[in-house]
Amino acid sequence: MNLSLKQPSVLPGFGLTLGFTLFYFSLIVLIPLSGLFVKTSSLSWEQFWNIVTTPRAIASYQLTFGASLVGAFINGIFGSIIAWVLVRYHFPGRSVVDALVDLPFALPTAVAGITLTSIYASNGWIGRYLEPLGIKVAFTPLGVLVALTFIGLPFVVRTVQPVLQDLDREVEEAATTLGANRWQTFWAVIVPELWPALLTGIAMAFARAVGEYGSVIFIAGNMPLKSEITPLLIMTKLEQYDYAGATSLGVVMLVTSFVVALMINLLQWWSSARHMNQ
Amino acid sequence: MSIQVDHVTKRFGAFTVLNDVNLHVREGELVALLGPSGCGKTTLLRILAGLERPDQGRIFLQGAEVTDQRISERRVGFVFQHYALFRHMTVADNVAFGLNVLPRAHRPSATRIQEKVHDLLGLVHLQAMADRYPSQLSGGQRQRVALARALAVEPKLLLLDEPFGALDAKVRKELRRWLRRLHDDLHITSILVTHDQEEALEAAHRVVVMHRGNIEQVGTPDEVYENPATPFVYQFLGDVNVFHGRMSQGRIVDGEDRIPSSAVGESSDEQEVTFVRPHDLELSPSRTMPAQLEATVQFVNAAGARVHLELESKESPEPIAVELTKERYRELKIQQGDVVFVHPKQLHVFKMPGLGQ
Amino acid sequence: MNPVTIATNTDLQWKDSLTTESSLVRWVLIGTAFLYLTLFLFVPLVAIFTEALKHGLSSYVDSFLNDDALAAIRLTLLVAAVAVPLNALFGVAAAWAIAKFEFVGKQALITLIDMPLAVSPVISGLIYVLLFGAQSWLGPWLAEHDIKIIFALPGIVLATIFVTVPFVARELIPLMQSQGREEEEAAITLGASGWQTFTRVTLPNIKWSLLYGVILCNARAMGEFGAVSVVSGHIRGLTNTMPLHVEILYNEYNAVAAFGVASLLTLLAIVTLSAKALIERKTVSLNRQNIHV
Repeated sequence: MNLSLKQPSVLPGFGLTLGFTLFYFSLIVLIPLSGLFVKTSSLSWEQFWNIVTTPRAIASYQLTFGASLVGAFINGIFGSIIAWVLVRYHFPGRSVVDALVDLPFALPTAVAGITLTSIYASNGWIGRYLEPLGIKVAFTPLGVLVALTFIGLPFVVRTVQPVLQDLDREVEEAATTLGANRWQTFWAVIVPELWPALLTGIAMAFARAVGEYGSVIFIAGNMPLKSEITPLLIMTKLEQYDYAGATSLGVVMLVTSFVVALMINLLQWWSSARHMNQ
Repeated sequence: MSIQVDHVTKRFGAFTVLNDVNLHVREGELVALLGPSGCGKTTLLRILAGLERPDQGRIFLQGAEVTDQRISERRVGFVFQHYALFRHMTVADNVAFGLNVLPRAHRPSATRIQEKVHDLLGLVHLQAMADRYPSQLSGGQRQRVALARALAVEPKLLLLDEPFGALDAKVRKELRRWLRRLHDDLHITSILVTHDQEEALEAAHRVVVMHRGNIEQVGTPDEVYENPATPFVYQFLGDVNVFHGRMSQGRIVDGEDRIPSSAVGESSDEQEVTFVRPHDLELSPSRTMPAQLEATVQFVNAAGARVHLELESKESPEPIAVELTKERYRELKIQQGDVVFVHPKQLHVFKMPGLGQ
Repeated sequence: MNPVTIATNTDLQWKDSLTTESSLVRWVLIGTAFLYLTLFLFVPLVAIFTEALKHGLSSYVDSFLNDDALAAIRLTLLVAAVAVPLNALFGVAAAWAIAKFEFVGKQALITLIDMPLAVSPVISGLIYVLLFGAQSWLGPWLAEHDIKIIFALPGIVLATIFVTVPFVARELIPLMQSQGREEEEAAITLGASGWQTFTRVTLPNIKWSLLYGVILCNARAMGEFGAVSVVSGHIRGLTNTMPLHVEILYNEYNAVAAFGVASLLTLLAIVTLSAKALIERKTVSLNRQNIHV
């Protein structure tokens, strides 16, 4: 009895619900995903390596990961400011703004893609003011950055916001009574509390951006070696019936995603462990 | 319903929560399981309810074994520590729940259920609150709803897990007297888990003192208080002065001082510890017996029905607590700083092997 | 009534000034936040509807009241009608097993359930092509039995389910874990069966989060583009969902029609966000009631 993997409980339905959960999840997620690796294993290591290190592939990694990283950091800065403003200040329209922050999450990516393209095109609402300054956004790598920044926006705000909300005002009051000015209090008391959540948010924005497809392909221009992201390259290979190529690139992306997801889990574990100690 | 707990052992991982526990509860009794947190009292209660299953041992209710019986077959009422009221239901719906979920064949009619809920709310003095939600009630009111809900299914056995633990002192006192009266009216065999000795001594017919998964003593409140079976029970039930000392020739040798000890019979050279309750210490202004303890009055608190003094003595590293009646205190005319002479009217000596001082 | 405890308004302002910034800093921060949100949120949102209404109301309505658009809308609704209930059932089952029981590997399962969120939509489609496509080892058998999965409805449904698997479970697991199992245990001690306990005690406690999870799942199911794009084959009027229809129209330089259909999806997103705000307010007030417990 003591060796059983489940602690006894009077509540019923454990076998049924866990059984269904595992069955459904295996069928929908685990088995299809493992198919990706099975397919790759039919290639030799050399074949695989050649596919994933062509100049076109490497250029796409550079753009995808580079733009995702820059976008995530831009969101790290502005997302923190937005979270701070939403939690700490009262101003008209606050609740509407708060709700709209999730728009990039709720808006279908294709809609985001065509909208950003039309705004940032050289005759678009914003593009026409950037054009005279010599800044071209649509159909350039900068357009990729704009799209990836857009879709990552909610992540930092939504991870930093609750931590900021739960922050004990008394700690700040204590810092003030001990003679710290506002700036010192901010850096010495508030920032250390926010740090894990902020990093988690940035990592989540990055992870989302790396795999993004819909919002990018319209604005990117999709020039091989210049403005082609890796998911699009996979798509192109699929359309050419190059399954080995698509699968190999898919494995590279999937492994990267899992590494990032693992890092996010570690970050969350770290931040919750810190809170436990308090 | 009588209860028999037979050699019950329960482990969580490597930790033994209950260690070969035996207990008998008579029909209609109100028994308190008393002990510090982690002593296993709640686990024992949950095993009786069927919420946990013992690793070893058996449980009998009314002489029939129920160890493997499902909770729904035991007819047990359980009152949870944090009430576990259904937050989305009104008070009346909470109380009616156990009746509403009965199979249709056994379920009373809607009007009958309504009447019953009304009666039960009357019993716990909450008729006026029938349509409120749990969040709109005070802690004491919630506790009474939880009790009414448990009673609605007409349990043969009522189990209460720290029922007053989350309430403030005054409400707690009221509720436990009320519970005692309710029990006297209903005569349901009841077991109450508590870590509050006053609650156990006041509410229960019998008290089961538990410590580290073992039962230390079972007895009436009077028995466990006046004749503690173990040092733990002595210390857990009320204030006590502890003298680390050695028994020799009928006397407690504590440092160089001697307290005469008629209560201690034979002599031995083992390490021993002497326990004396504050109200069992007698004071006199001058030495009337050769072996009284000399002490200085450090602090007097005369507020309340009894007077509490704190004495300091060369012979004891800890301050000595003394409790006197108001009359005795006035007779003695003691003030802070006075020198007094102390001797016990009653004491207990326990052999504590391996407890070096 | 103790006069000492009554804080006046000026007291509060004074107290606040200890832990807040000067008004200059405050307005600079608010201004920065607004500028950023304007560039990335407000302007796009307004642009969608402006572009859609560029040639007047009648051409706007025409953009989605034609056979191809209506077929796309029907297909999208159908896909969501299959995917969302299945994922809701999965979410409830997973949350019940995880929140109400202790078992080995629980934490790993929680992490695993989030996995589809970390997978690129393109890969979510790709894996089903590898499994059921003509080149796969199932391919010849499927062709022989005339079963079409890829470039057909089943493939679209499967890819959509994959992408939206975690949404309901993610909402329910933390909530049900925080609610503990005392209420359910109380129901069982009062003689309720497992099903009665679930429908009468658990379900009322989780209904708002369940609803929110379903709404979120639905929004993503109707709006999914990448994964569906891989498995759909883009057959107009047949395997085109609304987002794919938007893409085709846009690539044909029919911007008004593209934004017309896009505006419907945008309205869905706005409804989703409003529902979220409403439900959040509801659960916050519920929590507040429970806090003063």
